[in-house]
Amino acid sequence: MKKKIVSTLLVAAMVAGTLTGCGSKNNSETGNTATGDAKDGATETAVASDGDEGKVINIYSWNDEFRTRVEAVYPEVEETSKDGTVTTLKDGTEIHWIVNPNQDGVYQQKLDEALLQQADAPADEKIDIFLSETDYVNKYTDADADVAIPLTDLGIDPDTDLANQYSFTKVVASDANGVQRGSTWQCCPGVLAYRRDIAREVFGTDDPAAIGEKTKDWDAMKTTAEELKAKGYYTFSSYADTFRLYGNSIANSWVQPGETTVTVDPKIMDWVDDSKEWLDAGYLDKTVKGQFNDDWNKAMGSSSKVFSFLLPAWGIDFVLKPNWDGADGEWAVTTPPQEYNWGGSYVHACTGTDNPEHVKEIILAVTADEDNLLKISKDYSDFTNTQSGMQQAATDASFASEFLGGQNPFEYFAPVAEGIQMAPLSAYDQGCVELIQNAFSDYFQGDVDYDKAKENFEIAIKERYPEITEVKWPE
Amino acid sequence: MKTKRKGVSYAKWGYIFIIPFFLIFFIFSMIPMVDTVRYSFFEYYRSGIKEIGPNFIGIENYKSLLDSDMIKYAGNTLIMWIIGFVPQIVIALLLASWFADVRLKIRGERFFKAVIYLPNLIMASAFAMLFFTMFSTNGPVNSILMSLGWIKSPIDFMGSVLGTRSLVGFMNFLMWFGNTTIMLMAAIMGISTDIFEASDLDGCNSIQRFFYITLPMIRPILAYTLITSIIGGLQMFDVPQILTNGKGNPDRTSMTLIMFLNSHLKSKNYGMAGALSVFLFIISGILCFVAYRITNDSDPDGSKAAAKRKKKEERKRRK
Amino acid sequence: MISKKPKRIQNIFVYAVLIVLSFMCLFFFYILIINATRSHADLQKGFSALPGTHFLENLKNVANDGTFPMFRGILNSLIVSGCSAALCTYFSALTAYGLYAYEFKLKKAAFTFIMAILVMPTQVTAMGFLRLITKMGLYDSLLPLIIPSIASPAVFYFMYSYLQSSLPLSLVEAARIDGSGEFRTFNQIVMPIMKPAIAVQAIFTFVGSWNNYFVPALVIQSKNKMTVPILIATLRGADYLTFDMGKVYMMIFVAIIPIVIVYLFLSKYIIAGVTLGGVKE
Repeated sequence: MKKKIVSTLLVAAMVAGTLTGCGSKNNSETGNTATGDAKDGATETAVASDGDEGKVINIYSWNDEFRTRVEAVYPEVEETSKDGTVTTLKDGTEIHWIVNPNQDGVYQQKLDEALLQQADAPADEKIDIFLSETDYVNKYTDADADVAIPLTDLGIDPDTDLANQYSFTKVVASDANGVQRGSTWQCCPGVLAYRRDIAREVFGTDDPAAIGEKTKDWDAMKTTAEELKAKGYYTFSSYADTFRLYGNSIANSWVQPGETTVTVDPKIMDWVDDSKEWLDAGYLDKTVKGQFNDDWNKAMGSSSKVFSFLLPAWGIDFVLKPNWDGADGEWAVTTPPQEYNWGGSYVHACTGTDNPEHVKEIILAVTADEDNLLKISKDYSDFTNTQSGMQQAATDASFASEFLGGQNPFEYFAPVAEGIQMAPLSAYDQGCVELIQNAFSDYFQGDVDYDKAKENFEIAIKERYPEITEVKWPE
Repeated sequence: MKTKRKGVSYAKWGYIFIIPFFLIFFIFSMIPMVDTVRYSFFEYYRSGIKEIGPNFIGIENYKSLLDSDMIKYAGNTLIMWIIGFVPQIVIALLLASWFADVRLKIRGERFFKAVIYLPNLIMASAFAMLFFTMFSTNGPVNSILMSLGWIKSPIDFMGSVLGTRSLVGFMNFLMWFGNTTIMLMAAIMGISTDIFEASDLDGCNSIQRFFYITLPMIRPILAYTLITSIIGGLQMFDVPQILTNGKGNPDRTSMTLIMFLNSHLKSKNYGMAGALSVFLFIISGILCFVAYRITNDSDPDGSKAAAKRKKKEERKRRK
Repeated sequence: MISKKPKRIQNIFVYAVLIVLSFMCLFFFYILIINATRSHADLQKGFSALPGTHFLENLKNVANDGTFPMFRGILNSLIVSGCSAALCTYFSALTAYGLYAYEFKLKKAAFTFIMAILVMPTQVTAMGFLRLITKMGLYDSLLPLIIPSIASPAVFYFMYSYLQSSLPLSLVEAARIDGSGEFRTFNQIVMPIMKPAIAVQAIFTFVGSWNNYFVPALVIQSKNKMTVPILIATLRGADYLTFDMGKVYMMIFVAIIPIVIVYLFLSKYIIAGVTLGGVKE
């Protein structure tokens, strides 16, 4: 009896031993085959589009924003489950929403894993649509990576079907050869949102046109900042608030295609110098460090001393509004000191999708149809990607916002959108933007000197992107 | 049958009983370990969604690690561990001896024990998140301190090196002192009451009793506490990671070794992560060897423990 | 006996220390509970010592959010932690007993080996571990979170120390003379003696597994298999669309409640077990 147990255990041990032996041997090959297969998947697409559509559409995103837009304008939508994970279409097809948060790169990690498995995944588990943000859209539109299907392959002609979109959004969603591989329903021109009560106290008026004169460029802004300071108010909450304005006007991308050098644009160093000056002058609230944290949220509350925030349309609706604890009508928007774009969610058809027809329909419905886009603007205060529609909205009083005291924000968004010069992008933008702000925040706080902050940025960026070999600073 | 038993060797049972442990260990730790070490000699990372490598590059990864600030992060880890561990062990010893002291008869002992262990229950990530909001410059702690009039302007806890490190240390202290107390108390209560009675007869006061009897008697558990705490300290991750959002601010002074490892794992840099893992393994090996020696050298072969056991058996027989 | 004054001073000191420490421990829970009952707008106004009225609303928000399946997560965590605690304590005790009670050739080598790996941080092998379980088809499954707990050197060491101090080998001999098989001896004689140690370690393992974030974050991919810490961590990363601190606090609150209940239930057992061990001496 006892002998039997021993021998069984031994056999088990041996079997396990051999099994695991094999396991470790094969390990090294996994990565290679996965990437190899992903490429094969590209050829499959064409085949799949001839055949029947799959039963499940898998959509990867980082929040429910896209879902609500699809529900609002895609006519095939039947209903969505209570927990928001499954949307059923009228033909019985199910949309499965796979949501992972954006921050800390979690979304991209999960998406990347799934993309590597895409070729081997069963049809109903393949990704059909995924979303990306301006900060890392380049990573996914890359022609070599080939994970986002060119729109023309789907049967969408960007020149005619998307003619009314703001042209910079089309450039952003294109690969290095100019092939458009994604499309967006939103456009994110930023404005300056300010507290009416503080404006009345300090400047004697809360009229957006009058305040706009005081904030139209950086020189005027500085004079305004001094006035605000005299009354005990901060102009902006944190140095991170102004970053987008400088970061959007860089002349060259952070990393040139094919290079492994990060080139820091002089504009970025201007941001460093100006931020330090503003912080030391007391124009910014020293206690707020960065964005999307509790201090920043509180700075939007009624007890805060912060006069204004630089936000795009989504920022006003999703950040400012939930954080404001006073009555409606206490905020207004006006011209920012510089045109800028912040954010933007791009919709991509994923290579290997088994539902190309549905995907095409969804992309067209959500990002190309002017009526749909205007509906989204009205329902969700998004600034949408339709030039003629937005010009119309700018003069249409029905787009006025109660939160902004009856002001029509589109009047201010539209000119900014026209003037946006999109900075050249690279696949490294998210890391560069995040890490440079972090490295210099120590410098602003006075914890490290200028050179040490530079050094810390170099360390962090090389850690994030192992292929980066050098960081070039402007003279 | 029964008469034969005496000659039976039970050795095989020893093997049978320890096989599951070793089997699982080899599968789930040894193989991954070998794999990790192997890749430490390769250039192997992911760039965007493309995989680079694996290409054999010898000890390049180790070299570039030594050039990096790894030593600084080791120092950070050590400092934050000490800030947390010193008060932890002192308080735990104090509490354990009080709880174990029958003459003190602490009222609500059960309540206190349950309470001090409570922080250990909350997950480190959640705890760190809670601390992050509470100690933020506009958070509850600052507003309470200000309304009490103790401070004039809010303290920027996480803006200073000392502040951040102290917060991490404080959190580690709070999370672990209850745990340690329970451990030590179990050990102290394991000491035969005869010995305490004898010491009373000899006129020992409580301080003498603590240093000459309690401390030496609970040495094995103290060693255990020290060793597990060192391992825990070396693995310090969740708390500073969440508190500083993975950045180790300010000036990377609260960056721990595992956070450093994590940032390589996150960028899918398997080669560097492998090399760093090997370093970590070596460091933890050395630390533990030292700790093990310090706490065990007075009883290297276990003879004292054996003698104690013998005495105990004798006592039992006498009864 | 000698004089009562120093004793009273000592007593006051003891209680003062205990109360301060208890305050520190409870204060954070207090804030958590208070904040879990307040809405985001309330929280914006700053800290308040009194609870708000949004407890049920926050709870409802947590329960209805499919993006963060909290209750599913709690169930997963319960399965993983419960199984881990059971497997870990049983097999650690078994291994400790095997090395303590038997004489065999490799005994010393095996013991030294375990002492050597006692120091190995799990993170060190994380990378290879991930590749291994992917190869074994266990990726995105709860099994790799449970099974490895069978080999826990630290728990083994505790069990071994405990056996050293409380299991006379004569007892094992006696069992053998009575004709008890080796497994039966372990299960029916050794295990009951080790109960206090097992209770202590079961709690620690349970809590450790419940709070483990590093490994599950690597292994678990799909929403319905996520454990609580992963959910909490994704919460920290929640971006502008899930801006509701009241909900966040409520999620943390919901996440720790089950473990508090488990603890209250087991702590009695532990304290009793500890005193039991003391009396036996």
